[in-house]
Parts: sequence; structure tokens; C-alpha cells
Amino acid sequence: MASYSTNEFRRGLKVMLDSDPAVIIENEFVKPGKGQAFNRVKLRNLKSGRVIERTFKSGESIEAADVVETEMQYLYNDGAAWHFMDPESYEQIAADETAVADAKQWLKEQDLCTVTLWNGAPLSVTPPNHVVLEVTSTEPGIRGDTATGGTKPATLETGAVVQVPLFVNEGDLIKVDTRSGEYLSRARE
Amino acid sequence: MNGDWRPAASLRVLRRRAAMLAEVRAFFAARRVLEVETPLLSAAAASDPAVESFVTCYAGPGVASGCSMYLNGSPEFAMKRLLAAGSGPIYQICKAFRQGEAGRHHNPEFTLLEWYRPGFDHRLLMDEVEELLRVLLPDLGGGERLSYREAFRRHAGIDPLTAEEQELAKCAASHGLGGVAGPDGMGVDGWLDLLMSHLVQPRLGREGPCFLFDYPASQAALARIRPGTPPVAERFELFLRGVELANGFHELLDHEEQRRRFDADLQRRARAGQPLPPLDRNLLAALSHGLPSCSGVALGLDRVLMLMCGAEEIGEVLAFPIGRA
Repeated sequence: MASYSTNEFRRGLKVMLDSDPAVIIENEFVKPGKGQAFNRVKLRNLKSGRVIERTFKSGESIEAADVVETEMQYLYNDGAAWHFMDPESYEQIAADETAVADAKQWLKEQDLCTVTLWNGAPLSVTPPNHVVLEVTSTEPGIRGDTATGGTKPATLETGAVVQVPLFVNEGDLIKVDTRSGEYLSRARE
Repeated sequence: MNGDWRPAASLRVLRRRAAMLAEVRAFFAARRVLEVETPLLSAAAASDPAVESFVTCYAGPGVASGCSMYLNGSPEFAMKRLLAAGSGPIYQICKAFRQGEAGRHHNPEFTLLEWYRPGFDHRLLMDEVEELLRVLLPDLGGGERLSYREAFRRHAGIDPLTAEEQELAKCAASHGLGGVAGPDGMGVDGWLDLLMSHLVQPRLGREGPCFLFDYPASQAALARIRPGTPPVAERFELFLRGVELANGFHELLDHEEQRRRFDADLQRRARAGQPLPPLDRNLLAALSHGLPSCSGVALGLDRVLMLMCGAEEIGEVLAFPIGRA
């Protein structure tokens, strides 16, 4: 099994911590002049997203985590799993609800997503930063009102609910920032 | 284009460094302490298991087949040879080299100010360290002197001189520092180092200089041990804003005790699979000739400069830190 010594620690390194995959987000070398050296490390658990502080004796090694990020195309949801395909190898994988988590409300068929794989199985899914989705239900629009700045809720084809300007109508295509969940603009097909 | 040819420190900081060195030299000139130079390249190396030396090779006239030479991890041994030869009070500003140490407060090559005062005990030397520090950092708040024991009681809630390894482990775990031990375990001093660097030290010297003194006998290094219950090492360290700046000793004079500590260091190194450097026989010879009763201290000038300039990283005060060296 591959492992990393503390001298290889750096931001972004994927390691195993308490049987879960984690990524190093901060690494500080601490050493009393006449004493034991330590690496004081902040890591994010890639399953729970929780940030953990942990100290290691310098010189020790920890197991590497087989974590890779791949670009995959979202295909469909069969009610239990979300299916993705590698656009080059055409290999397909299925992600469960835990892995898809909050991303599911932005997943539109054919869109390219970042799928994080741990030992080949999906750990998490990151949708594109910007997606174009159809408004399936909202209060009727107020024609011509592009200036008052009021908003109303709109339900999108994926089930997501976002705040949109008053002039947006059912059937419109809109562009949304998936990181903030904010409406950006109307879009054309 | 690669920008790493440029200095990491600003010219303003490099000017502060030059001014700091001039102030240090003026401080010692006024006190009639002699500036000396000792070799950076030595046939012997530190035995302290916590200090790893760089090793290189000399080959040339006199040594046709080449021999190992070590880059100075501290000028201590050579300066003690000068003291034994009757130099009187001496100081040195030099580079020191330590393998494997790089981080926010560490560069493998750094600048030390080291000085020795015959006739001083560690308390008198602490006074002088504080006087120098106040020359370099005139706006410091009031100083504090705290025994190692009191500092641990105050900031970690444990007695470092009597606690067993298990109690120290439990104390660390209660502060979120469990799971550090690893397969080889920590030992009492490993746990003390962990609690010191993570819990105690960050709280020391917030307003002004904080001196810790009377260290556990197991951490005496080259300090004399004062008998008592329990015995303590006449060693001190200086902290300012959570940063370790200096380490000093009321120096050990007894060459037989020195020899025993060398041997104990080498045994620890052998157990840990660390290199076994040649011992400094010249130091032992100088001690057996007779070292005057004295105290000595090493002050990390790069870290002092960091505090003078408000730098967050040691790289900000070095022209070319290790990544650009």
C-alpha cells in the first residue's frame, strides 16, 4: 500500500485518516529547539466534509488514499442511483444518494460533472459551476418588469427551487450558479 | 519567467537585518564581550537526538582519501573550547545548519547569536538576554519568569515533573491531541514536547518576553542539574508571542558527566535508527582541562527579526530561504 511520510505532506494530498479518505488543507512543521518535531495538520474528511486537526510525529508515514477526480457525463437517475459515464472509455458507474448529496438538484442529463472516486467508487459529485435549466413552475411573470428587482421562487426541471426575477416565466431557460444556488441570467437554448 | 531568483525578503527587511546586527555588536562591544568565529565545518557533530546534522566530505592536502565533515548545528562545542583556553566572555553571530527543519519558524540554515558569560548563573544571563531583547524591540511590555513546572500547571493543568507517561497521554487526549503516538510511542519527553509546542508555548510571552526555567532533568541537554526533589536542569528558554527565541544553560562543567550524556544520546540514536556522528573529543578534553563556571545562550536572530518586522513566515526575513537557496 502506498504511503506518505510527513516530509511529503502538502495541501491537496489525499490520505487515509481513521479509515476514511481525507485531503490535507494545511500542514505546519512544529519543533522545539531541543525536542521532538511534529507536523500539525488540518484535513477535510472527504466523506463527511468535516475538518479535523491532527498532529503527527515528524518522520512517520500515513497511508495514501486512492482518490481521483474525473470528468464524467451525467446520464440518468433510475430512482435509486445516479448513473455517470466516462466520455472517453464509455465506462459507466452508479453513484448513490450519499455521494450525489446536494449535487442532485443540479444534475441535468448530458452535463459534465466532476466525480471523485475512492478505490474506484464514487465518493462525491460536483456539478458544473454554471447550469442551464428550464423553469417548470413559477407565478406568472410581470411582462416588461426588468427594473424593480423583486424576486419570486421558481421550481426547475431538476426539482431545485431558486429565487428568480419577476419577469421569468414557466418554460424559460435560466442560468444558475450551482455553488451559491443563485440565478444568473435567462438563457437561450 | 521563474521569479525565484529574486530575494524573498524585501529590501526594507534586509536593512532592518543589517541594523539589528549592528545593534547586537554595539551591545556586546559596550560590555566588553569579545566577538569570535569558530568553524562551520567540523569533524564532530551534535549528539542530541533532536538535532540532525548535514554531513559533507573534505578531501585535499592532508586527507587524500577524504573524510566526513559536519556542518555546524550550533557553535557551542567550539566556543567552550575557547572558554576553557581562557577567552573570557565571548559571543558569535554565525550560521547554523539543521537537517530536516523547514516550516513557518524553521529554515535548515539560520542565523544564531550565541554568547557565554563566565561567572554568570542562568538567572543573571536571563537578565542580560532581556536587556538585549529590549534594545532590539524597545516597545515590549513587561517580562515574565516562570518555571517550566508552573507553565505546565497553568496552561496544561498537569505537573510535568511528576506525571507518568500515561497521565501525559491522557492530558494530551483531553486537549484533542490524542492519536499522535504512532507505532513507536512517545515517551515522557515526547509527550512533554507535544504539550509544550501545542498548548503551553502558544500562550507564552503575549505581552512581553517570557522566560521558562528549571527544565526536567531528562531535558537537561548541556545544562547542569540542580539536586532536589525532583532535580531540575538549570536551563532556560525565552518565548515571545508564542515563538521560541532562545535557549540557555548554566553550563555543565563535569567532563565525566558530559561523557555519560554523550553516550546516552548515542544509545537513544541507535535505538531510533538515527545516524551516529563522531563525538567531539576536543570538547571532552577542554572540559577535563577545565571550563570556567559560566552560562551560555543561543538566540535565533531570524525569529527576532520576524518579530521586529511583524513577519508571519521566516522566509519573509531571509534573502533566499531554502526554496530559493
